[in-house]
Amino acid sequence: MSRLFTRLFMVLVALVLAAPIVVVAGVSFNAQRTLTFPPVGFSLAWFGEVFTDAGWRGALLTSLAIAAGAAALAVAIAFPLAWFLWRWHAPWARVFQALGTAPFILPPVITALGFLSFWATAGFYGAPWTVVISHAIFLVTLPLVTITLGFSSVDRSLTEAAATMGADDRTVLRTVVLPLVTPYLVSGYAFAFVLSLNEYIIAYMVAGFTVETLPIKIFNALRYGYTPTMAAVTVFFVAAAALIFSLVARFGDLPRLLGAWSSKES
Amino acid sequence: MTAARPQRLQDYAPLVFPALMLTVFFVVPFGIMVAISFFRRVQGAFYEPDFVFDNYARFLSAFFGQVLGFSLVLATLVALVAVTIAFPFTFLLARLPRRWQVVWLVALLSIVSLSEVIVGFAWSTLFSRTAGVTNILVALGLMSEPMSLSPSFGALLTGLSYHAFPYTVLVLYPALARLDPTLMEAARTLGASPPRAFLTVVVPALRNTILATMIMVFVFALGSYLLPQLLGRPSNWTLSVLITDQAIYQSNLPFAAAMAVFLVLVSLALVGLSLLVGRKEAAQ
Repeated sequence: MSRLFTRLFMVLVALVLAAPIVVVAGVSFNAQRTLTFPPVGFSLAWFGEVFTDAGWRGALLTSLAIAAGAAALAVAIAFPLAWFLWRWHAPWARVFQALGTAPFILPPVITALGFLSFWATAGFYGAPWTVVISHAIFLVTLPLVTITLGFSSVDRSLTEAAATMGADDRTVLRTVVLPLVTPYLVSGYAFAFVLSLNEYIIAYMVAGFTVETLPIKIFNALRYGYTPTMAAVTVFFVAAAALIFSLVARFGDLPRLLGAWSSKES
Repeated sequence: MTAARPQRLQDYAPLVFPALMLTVFFVVPFGIMVAISFFRRVQGAFYEPDFVFDNYARFLSAFFGQVLGFSLVLATLVALVAVTIAFPFTFLLARLPRRWQVVWLVALLSIVSLSEVIVGFAWSTLFSRTAGVTNILVALGLMSEPMSLSPSFGALLTGLSYHAFPYTVLVLYPALARLDPTLMEAARTLGASPPRAFLTVVVPALRNTILATMIMVFVFALGSYLLPQLLGRPSNWTLSVLITDQAIYQSNLPFAAAMAVFLVLVSLALVGLSLLVGRKEAAQ
């Protein structure tokens, strides 16, 4: 009885989580330019429009470029910081760890307004590369958390052995530590990439009038009415996120990344 | 072996780039924002340096009080709904076979990372007249004709709770995945039914985690700015929407900055509280 009840509960949660996505996916197959569900007719034209329409394709490419750059910069900031904190005992350096975590925990509108004030004061308001830096700072938390976790899982006796055999810090890092933390580095990049792709408020406040990312394009288009093209873009977003997180799970230990004990321990 | 203290100056080299980036692009912007909140707004122009409290004095208006009150009530409701459903859910999730946990986690991550634009669009479609849930009720004969359910407060609460739910599960997951399984076993051996053991043993044991999670979700919901515009009426706009509106459309950066500083103080106080509560439990 109770087993049936828990099953039912899980299924219900799954249904509610899936419902909006299923409806949006259905709507995107409409043959006519209407949002009806179940769809009337079947057409993949709306998916085609994302790639053929210059506006949508441009927004897609802009978003991908910003996400790729921002995630790379976030990792470039997080990796040396996490390595330093693991390699050396320097409690005061934890300040930077806290600084790297703060933007992500605070309501995003605050970080966005901070960036707007900053770029406007510095005279770069509206430049596309400011979005890349802003996103990198906003999302640095994710690679910082995953890479820190990666370092903490490295057995220190391995680095000691390497050091005893004459390897300097740099060699130990490159030949022993780096291969062990690479999966965590890649997942940190993946998390930051997906979130940058979806980020709206910071991109909008920093360069909303000159740079059109995909979320900004959707929001702007929403004001002129809903079209199946938006539904197609939404399906693309869900599919991209699901694909990237599946890859992370395939090559890493997802439950452990998210805070469970590693599968060997449990 | 514990890590040694840095000895030479060059040991600090790896810290230079991250420290520089975080200081220049986070601490400095933050400082500028705080400074601007004391600046004087100039009609027609942007603002000019000054040291006035006018922007903070505007908080005392009835309109601001109403928006703030609404934001706090909304965030509280979202936190309550999300944690009430997510806690038993995460408990069950953490007990599934590892393979199924991974499937669920991928799905939850995919939804939580979705932009508010996407979530708002999806739910307003689900609440629309032509593609919405009311069509199902009509098909079942429970309603005579389909209707639009959005914009409304209910639609906003649903959309926000939907977006906050996976976030809540991910915040709760570490605590529940590491929960000592013997706790449940002991309660069961002593004759408690599973729901009873869950309610009388697991919930009280993790009450600080629950409280800390509720605060985290509260701050998460406080930050929503697009869902109120997409699913709610103008009377359902939150402080975040007001800040964006003042900064972008009214070009009143000083007032927007003052509201943001206020929001920071509220959020920081709450996050600090949740860390304190969480730490207490870890110490027990």
